[in-house]
Amino acid sequence: MDQFAVKVFVRLRPSVLDPAGEATKSASIKLGAEGIKSLRIGKMIEVKIEGNGENEVREKIDLLCDRLFANTVIEDYEYSLEKL
Amino acid sequence: MDNFTVGVVVFPGSNCDRDVSWALEGCLGIRTKYLWHESSDLSDVDAIVLPGGFSYGDYLRCGAIARFSPLINALDEFVKSGKRVLGICNGFQILTESGFLPGALVANKNLNFICDDVELDIVSSKGSWFNNEDEKQTIKLPIAHGEGRYHCDSDTLKKLVDNELIALRYKNNPNGSSFDIAGITNEKGNVLGLMPHPERACDETIGGTDGLFTLKSLILK
Repeated sequence: MDQFAVKVFVRLRPSVLDPAGEATKSASIKLGAEGIKSLRIGKMIEVKIEGNGENEVREKIDLLCDRLFANTVIEDYEYSLEKL
Repeated sequence: MDNFTVGVVVFPGSNCDRDVSWALEGCLGIRTKYLWHESSDLSDVDAIVLPGGFSYGDYLRCGAIARFSPLINALDEFVKSGKRVLGICNGFQILTESGFLPGALVANKNLNFICDDVELDIVSSKGSWFNNEDEKQTIKLPIAHGEGRYHCDSDTLKKLVDNELIALRYKNNPNGSSFDIAGITNEKGNVLGLMPHPERACDETIGGTDGLFTLKSLILK
């Protein structure tokens, strides 16, 4: 069995308004940071997972992302995978 | 009819289950039964309410974890049999997360948790969940949510409009919902999800009775 460290990034789709991102952008400007054109907030999920090779692990992660980690009506996801 | 029983689902974090039960039993004389989320036996209830609250602490997304409970798994057959399911607030979020209703509920546009009475237009008679004998009727119901902004893509919105699946629209959109949507039904009409709380508008002493009709309609076949 191989072990993998997976980092899943879940983001609101570009068409979905992100009010928390807007509020954070506004605070960033108040802090004095200049030049911020856009700021959107997502989630990062770290998973350690075992499986027989990368393909099998990718299948499991795809299922998790599609059915649980992200709601694909409003969110997109991508992930990176590192063999431990 | 005398034995008609409405199942009120209880998740860890539900907080309107008792209100719903009180409104059904105390105001309408309809028998209720609490259904723990780990139960998958729905054989002795005739309709189901998914009440408001914060199931599983709203972890990940509102309704996202509740979707995987044994009870929600069993709900598919219940809905297919034509029995009625009402999802209020967090219940609506669970119904969208689990695919019984299209779209999703996301954070309010102004980021506030909004606690208010809102005016709503009854748009569709599908499922007979609302009293809309008049051409266009308005009701007033309380809302209490932080994630009540209905979102769907334009194709889904067109489908909702064309098939008359939009049940309620806000008169003054409080949360930024697409097309002012406050509640929708499935195509058959036996599943209704809405952000406002009809169970909090069932007695004049607490500010109105506009929610009675919807709760009463749970007993329709």
